[in-house]
Amino acid sequence: MKILVAVKRVIDYNVQIRVKEDNSGIVTDNVKMSTNPPDDNAIEEAVKIKESGKATEVVAVTVGEEKAQETVRKALAVGADRGIHVKTDGILEPLAVSKILQKITEKEKPNLVFMGKQAIDDDCNQTGQMLSALLNWPQATFASKIEVKDNKLEVTREIDEGLETIEINTPAIVTCDLRLNEPRYASLPNIMKAKKKPIEEILASDLGVDTAPRLEQIKVEEPPKRKAGIKVASVAELVQKLKNEAKVI
Amino acid sequence: MAVLLIAEHNNKELKPFTLNAATAASQIDSEVHAVLIGHNSVDAAKKLSELPVIKKVLNVEAPHYENFTAENFSPVIIKLAENYSHIVCSANTFGKNLMPRIAAHLDTSQVSDIIKVIAPDTFLRPIYAGNAFATIKSKDSKKCVTIRPTSFDPCESTGGSAPIENIEGSEEFSNTKFIKREEIKSDRPELGTARIVVSGGRGMQSGDNFKLISEVADKLGAAIGASRAAVDAGYISNDHQVGQTGKVVVPDLYIAIGISGAIQHLAGMKESKIIVAINKDGEAPIFSVADYGLEADLFEALPKFMEELNKLNTIQK
Repeated sequence: MKILVAVKRVIDYNVQIRVKEDNSGIVTDNVKMSTNPPDDNAIEEAVKIKESGKATEVVAVTVGEEKAQETVRKALAVGADRGIHVKTDGILEPLAVSKILQKITEKEKPNLVFMGKQAIDDDCNQTGQMLSALLNWPQATFASKIEVKDNKLEVTREIDEGLETIEINTPAIVTCDLRLNEPRYASLPNIMKAKKKPIEEILASDLGVDTAPRLEQIKVEEPPKRKAGIKVASVAELVQKLKNEAKVI
Repeated sequence: MAVLLIAEHNNKELKPFTLNAATAASQIDSEVHAVLIGHNSVDAAKKLSELPVIKKVLNVEAPHYENFTAENFSPVIIKLAENYSHIVCSANTFGKNLMPRIAAHLDTSQVSDIIKVIAPDTFLRPIYAGNAFATIKSKDSKKCVTIRPTSFDPCESTGGSAPIENIEGSEEFSNTKFIKREEIKSDRPELGTARIVVSGGRGMQSGDNFKLISEVADKLGAAIGASRAAVDAGYISNDHQVGQTGKVVVPDLYIAIGISGAIQHLAGMKESKIIVAINKDGEAPIFSVADYGLEADLFEALPKFMEELNKLNTIQK
């Protein structure tokens, strides 16, 4: 079994982002970038399945500018076998990414495609489901547990009401939740080894996919600020304020 | 052209957020039709027809719609789509799972999780965990939009009498099989719609200690929330998680107990009307969004909080 894992480079989750002064977007110059956190869970799960003997190859793919390749290199350092970097510049919407991933999937013919359930930059939560639709494959979104059974997967999904379990036939798409596993850190020897693993570079323009944006980002603003609150000295004061000042209890 | 709202329900009743999504739909265009896909779900369809903002209900029933599988739902909506300019539903796990499948089939770039309708083609949506708001204009001829339910008021739920039209479903998608759903039943209000939410974080130190939170929540008639750290640590189940990848809540009162206030948690609660933080670390970021902050050990503060609440003659419910 072969698993393709899609990873995205985003602003690190610990960074307090800043809006550009001209409201054209978010400041990314000199800002720490990392792999989108749930994409790390997707890689980890694929590597664990391979280690359990149920998969033979894990391929990491990213779509983006030159530096996006760092995320593939990181995936290789934690156990992916080889990488693919689809090079493209400019804004890519999830629809365009899913069309590119469709081409890569048709070429690589994996049994499973994993990725994070959502990217923490645009918070769209679309790409996995869109890819699944384009391929007409089953989808298991928001996965917090995956069991591999022959040509099937049993997946536990985190939904608003609690947990849902579904069984999907492969080939299939799984989008991973943060609780799926604990991603490992890359050891220094493995980081060195990963430098020798192959990364195939493909130009998005060679894939024959229309990636032109369909959405126009008119402006990006800071959200309205909350007015500063106060510190209270005691529980009694807190309850009194809630009752008589805020009038919420 | 009209707007098509995808109703969320449990085959008997509408889920409350359908009413919020209906409000958003009616702000896009006054001609709102709603589709209800389910199994033995005609009662829910009737309730839908009573929403005054809905002009027509499309009812689709078949056994394979019982469990809301996106692979079964999407072909039904794609068939209907030609008659509509917009397809909308709530941006909760139901809508997040379903809408992109529809958008990809229609070759439309979806606009996720909108918090405001600026014009029928222009929407406001949070990005970067709500640390920025983006104004997005869609150039697609057909628009797929998911709605952050807590950013829109629920519409009136009675007084309407829209016609219900039964329509044919599509074939079953055989590669996805529903096995089970484990819903955590509670007598408390639903987290997403509760007037008061009491949340615990890593500072609670154990699942057992969450009973201190339950006591306060019961006293206030509140729902219980949690930070991702508390859910990851196994103190409480995932359906309580508030934050960027959990639920977004906008209660009148949000009480954060032993929660440091990571960006990802603030994304889920900072629009609350009144925020209270109880934390022993006076530098915790949660205090930066709190209207009332109490720097205290929660294990001392919570019993005192109960005592003070017990002294009150009346508590709003």
